[in-house]
Amino acid sequence: MSDAKPTVAGTGDSWSGLVSDFSADKETFPIPWGKLMMWIFLIGDTFIFGIFLIAYMAVRMSVTDPWPDTVELFAMTIGGTTFPLLLIAIMTFILITSSGTMAMAVNYAYRGDKRKTVLFMALTAVMGLVFVSLQAYEWAKLIFVDGIRPWGNPLGASQFGAIFFMITGFHGLHVLGGVIYIALVARKVHKGHYEKKGYSIVEITGLYWHFVDLVWVFIFAFFYLW
Amino acid sequence: MNHIAFADQPQESMHHPQGFFSKYVWSLDHKVIAIQYGVTAIMVGVLALVLSGLMRLQLGFPDTFSFINPNTYLQFMTMHGMIMVVYLLTALLLGGFGNYLIPLMVGTRDMVFPYLNMLSYWTYLLSVIVLMASFFVPGGATGAGWTLYPPHTLLPGTPGHELGIIMMLVSLGIFIVAFTMGGLNYVTTILQARTKGMSLMRMPLTLWGIFTASLMGLLAFPALLVAAIMMMLDKLAGTSFFMPALMSMGEAIDHSGGSPLLYQHLFWFFGHPEVYIVALPAFGMVSDVLATHARKNIFGYRMMVWAIVIIGGLSFVVWAHHMYVSGMNLSFGFFFATTTLIIAIPTAIKVYNWVLTLWRGNLHMTVPMLFAIGFIFTFTHGGLSGLFLGNVAIDVPLADTYFVVAHFHMVMGVSTVMVLFAAIYHWYPLISGRMFNTALGKWHFWVTFVGTYTTFLPMHYLGFLGLPRRYFSMGEAAYVPESAHSLNAGISISAIIVMLAQLLFIANVIWSLKKGPRAGHNPWGATSLEWQTPDVPPKHGNWGEKVPEVHRWAYDYSVPGVKADFIPQNMPSEAVEMEDDSPQGERS
Repeated sequence: MSDAKPTVAGTGDSWSGLVSDFSADKETFPIPWGKLMMWIFLIGDTFIFGIFLIAYMAVRMSVTDPWPDTVELFAMTIGGTTFPLLLIAIMTFILITSSGTMAMAVNYAYRGDKRKTVLFMALTAVMGLVFVSLQAYEWAKLIFVDGIRPWGNPLGASQFGAIFFMITGFHGLHVLGGVIYIALVARKVHKGHYEKKGYSIVEITGLYWHFVDLVWVFIFAFFYLW
Repeated sequence: MNHIAFADQPQESMHHPQGFFSKYVWSLDHKVIAIQYGVTAIMVGVLALVLSGLMRLQLGFPDTFSFINPNTYLQFMTMHGMIMVVYLLTALLLGGFGNYLIPLMVGTRDMVFPYLNMLSYWTYLLSVIVLMASFFVPGGATGAGWTLYPPHTLLPGTPGHELGIIMMLVSLGIFIVAFTMGGLNYVTTILQARTKGMSLMRMPLTLWGIFTASLMGLLAFPALLVAAIMMMLDKLAGTSFFMPALMSMGEAIDHSGGSPLLYQHLFWFFGHPEVYIVALPAFGMVSDVLATHARKNIFGYRMMVWAIVIIGGLSFVVWAHHMYVSGMNLSFGFFFATTTLIIAIPTAIKVYNWVLTLWRGNLHMTVPMLFAIGFIFTFTHGGLSGLFLGNVAIDVPLADTYFVVAHFHMVMGVSTVMVLFAAIYHWYPLISGRMFNTALGKWHFWVTFVGTYTTFLPMHYLGFLGLPRRYFSMGEAAYVPESAHSLNAGISISAIIVMLAQLLFIANVIWSLKKGPRAGHNPWGATSLEWQTPDVPPKHGNWGEKVPEVHRWAYDYSVPGVKADFIPQNMPSEAVEMEDDSPQGERS
């Protein structure tokens, strides 16, 4: 068992080389603990959203009443013209843009530029808040104008309200949690808490934020385009 | 950023806690957290054991005990199952043994995130408190069976369909949060904080079991969380995810269009991996106990590792074998029967390897060894009845009979508990610094082991007779012969004897804590790192001045040519004393 010869990746018997590289002593992944932990957490969270979306598909396949026409339902009328999916396009644009500002915050954090890091993190958090507010607006429209409830839906399948509010609500809570998380980390960055420890925490926060954005892309595709 | 591997970092300064509260209550030390987890889990486990005793009283002697009515019977049954599977076994194996052994076995000073680890315990405690509180809410705890199948779970007629089920779902949600915090810690610690020389393929199998189980938990509990959220919405927000249109008590219910089958899929996507979340750490620990007390290296170490990993992976694609009679499409049954039977291959490899580890070993029939060997019997037994149930054609007549009850109690109840006892006796000298009473331990083993068979063997027979599980009483059903009733009484008597025998264990553990002889350093002559600490029991920080360096795998027992019959993992080759007449050569 002690014959662990030093193996160079990509040489020799590739499978056993891969295994012994991967299982070598000390650290399996050359990254900080927190970052690995976040990755593993996100895999678990992927399962949560994946199961939600699979449940949605199962519901969608089994309903007998017609599903509401999403192009009409999510349309927005401005000055007499009806734009299909306008609100959701704006929301998606804001959330994706916030991923960009988060990436810039990570960049400045590793350069040690505290001021710009905090600035971009704040910008990210604000965009997250705007997203949640627009979502609240959308919910309000569905509830008060269209009369959609978790238990019923005048436009067709009663399951629509239930599954829509549950999944977008769960995602909205993730965004809200992310905003709080970013705010807390930004405050600590501002106070100089990470000057000695290093700024990998900003990247870890960013991982979470990008994940929330990525999940949104799937929810967007499944609810608004299907 | 410059990233320095943990084992290469300079000696960190340990902050030692002062005072009773920071040492024993709000402790960040993985060993204290482990004991907190263990004691809490065992306490709820004893409650669940008493609940099963009450059930057995009713089944063995119907119409004798006025305080057990059909409602309370169903509540006892539900809570017994849920507590045993989730709050006892998962918490004790991963929260208890995982916490205690991971940092010691990989040679680090603590978990990677001790604060999160502490939070994990207190969140777990909260989930237990909520669960216990559900007994006292109006309507009592839920009586839906541990699977909580809708629609009956939410319908009047099931005890606890109002507040009881809400408390249960909330408690499960909190438990999942607690487990996630713990599980992330276990996985990250094993991957990132191993000491110098401790490659993954040198780890004791205990760690492989705990590692795979934690990873599986992180992927399986999401399904339960989603199912719990959806059921909660069905209950509170009037949605119809799981509730079809039904007539209940002569009236149409408010729900329509939901799919109870969807719940079953979600539940068992969690539920089946959960079986292995409980079993894999047990597989690992029993391997270490067997190797240590047989003074032999574990047979086929690499095969054992891959078997654990493959079982873990396969367990995610077998869930619907719990649903053959649910009305699911029959061609699914073909797929799931095939995957289910494939799992038997790595499992059988493990059983053969355990037996071959014992083959020609220098067996020390200590108490932990007895329990470990007992596990091989009960596990093989339960595994074989699993082959029956894995086949659709045989499962259909046997589904929901006592045969199923006997099967899963043998394979994941009794077997896992056997390993837990083996593990508690094995690591007791390390955790407490004292030796337990051997005579008492042997009595405990024999009564438990024989009692297990007298309890569960007759249940197989009752299952063949077609006796349905979960029934409050069998009544006058014509297909139940008179002998079955007396068999049921016999089962109850032996179950209660086994239950009383556990008092021996509890007395032994508590008595030996103060009065047991001092165990000294490494009383079993084990190789793995947890026995090589400078102090017994290990102090805060585990390793004193310097963390150990590992030079070999964990199974160097009875190496030919070496004086001692074991070589600790942290002993360098130069320090190994050879027998005088043997040729000087490195052997490790």
